[in-house]
Amino acid sequence: MEKTIQPKSQKPKKVNRFTKDLPLYALMIPGLLYLLLNNYLPMFGLSFAFKKINYSVGIFKSPWVGFDNFKYLFQTKDAFIIFRNTLLYNLAFIVLGTVLAIVVAILLSQVRAKSLRVYQTSILLPFLLSSAVISYLAFAFLSVDNGFINNSILEPLGMKDISWYSSPQYWPVILTVIYLWKSFGYSSILYYATLVGIDDSYYEAAVIDGASTWQQIKHITLPCLKTTIITLVVIHLGRMFYSDFGLFYQVPMNNGLLYNTTNTIDTYVYRGLLQLNDIGRSSAAGFMQSILGFILVMGANIITRKVDKDSALF
Amino acid sequence: MITNTKLSKIVPHVCLAILTLTCILPLLLLALASFTDEQTLLLNGYSFFPAKFSMAAYQYIFKAGNAILRAYSITIFITIIGTICNMAMTVLLAYPLARPGLKGRNLIAFIVFFTMLFNGGLVPTYIMYSQMFHIRDTIFALLIPSFLMSPFNVILVRNYFKTNIPDAIIEAAKLDGASEINTLVRVVLPMSTPIIGTIGLMSGLAYWNDWTNGLYYLVKRTDLYTIQNVLTNMLNNAQFLKTASQLQGVNVEMGTLPSVGIRMAIAVVALLPVVIVYPFIQKSFVKGIVVGGVKG
Repeated sequence: MEKTIQPKSQKPKKVNRFTKDLPLYALMIPGLLYLLLNNYLPMFGLSFAFKKINYSVGIFKSPWVGFDNFKYLFQTKDAFIIFRNTLLYNLAFIVLGTVLAIVVAILLSQVRAKSLRVYQTSILLPFLLSSAVISYLAFAFLSVDNGFINNSILEPLGMKDISWYSSPQYWPVILTVIYLWKSFGYSSILYYATLVGIDDSYYEAAVIDGASTWQQIKHITLPCLKTTIITLVVIHLGRMFYSDFGLFYQVPMNNGLLYNTTNTIDTYVYRGLLQLNDIGRSSAAGFMQSILGFILVMGANIITRKVDKDSALF
Repeated sequence: MITNTKLSKIVPHVCLAILTLTCILPLLLLALASFTDEQTLLLNGYSFFPAKFSMAAYQYIFKAGNAILRAYSITIFITIIGTICNMAMTVLLAYPLARPGLKGRNLIAFIVFFTMLFNGGLVPTYIMYSQMFHIRDTIFALLIPSFLMSPFNVILVRNYFKTNIPDAIIEAAKLDGASEINTLVRVVLPMSTPIIGTIGLMSGLAYWNDWTNGLYYLVKRTDLYTIQNVLTNMLNNAQFLKTASQLQGVNVEMGTLPSVGIRMAIAVVALLPVVIVYPFIQKSFVKGIVVGGVKG
């Protein structure tokens, strides 16, 4: 193959190289086609947010309507609710999730290999569960008539049953607890991986100087974790406009009574698109999510680069 | 390791033991509920010490539950096929990107990476798949959208190839006359089992746990539901009927829905493969998290 004769080519070497590498390019075709289909075509589809989609005439013949969809979106109070919920939940998840993960990582670094494996295995288990199974677990605890909390905790204490699935005020706490429960094992292992790399002699020297446990954590452990903390927080910050669809849709069981505290951009977009046939508002909300998400991830990275180059994502 | 006194050696164990229990006990509660007699469950609620055990829920699933067994086999099918395709496509894209001197490889790597920064979201994705590619109500709806290849995994595998496979080995194979695909399969892949195993695990777990594709794209063909779709559907229907009966004061017939015990038993069955396989692969899973978690 390499000996193909190309008498008229002006740069024979280059063409040769390309022909030689042709099999390599061919290998990439399925993957690149999939990215085109699954990722790049939908990017162009963002322009649908400026159309009045009508399936009967087809997407491409649907009329352009400028910013109408955005106007409709912001006329409702839903717009405020979904952006508020998405951002506030993420904020709570970042702060509490990071603190919990670091605490657990420090605890893990204090135990021996044998027990470490048992602990690690069990705290990672929730991370492997599907949203469907998690919603069943939540239901076992929160069900009004025979849930564990009402039946085995509140009643024995002489307290009144709480109707969890129709009381939106409890859901910020419920969803935060479930999020932390599901994710703390995963993120604590990331921090733990950095912790085991810390040189033991730092701690030994600190102890000779009479440092307490807290002082060791504050002056040795946390500074060593700095880069990991910044990187992980920046990754999450870049996803501030996104939420775990399963957590916010399936765990509250798509319950209308709870929308005030459980509706996020992702659940709103889904309901508008597939349940309420409100594609206009849905696509406008989705458009804002994509664009704001992109700006955020770029911005977060630029700022990190300036502050601490090692922690930047790219 | 933080050096400290005797007392604070016990503290980590106590805290971690409590955390371990918080992770395991909810699953135990679910499992016990599936083995609890239905009347006892309705009367006493979910309990760690059920008064009366019963296997009725499992008998129901494995005897009459054609829909459930069917959903189970579909889940197994898409998990196997999807994972194989996912691994193949990931490796095929990652390998050329790791080869030094391939023209345009930085551009292509950027094309892959960019999809992690920016995406079209659900509305355009759904419209493309359902209106242009007519994927709705076919088995492809469960296989293709979102999970067939992860750009993140491509970058992960490429970085692994770059740092762990010396160029000299590939050059040697080429000198021996091996084709690119032969070099990849016979030389590179055997040297990359850890990372291949990791992406296979991640992909398999994603397919097994997914319920969104079924939710978005299966409208009429509920016979294609995965076990996760069956689960979510049953729970939401039960809740919907209950809310409706509360709001309108009508007593809706609940008899058409499977009993609580049966629903919990299906959840246990859906969970079982993950819980059984996981302890064996725990080590490589943790390694995979550490490799992939922080930076791509």
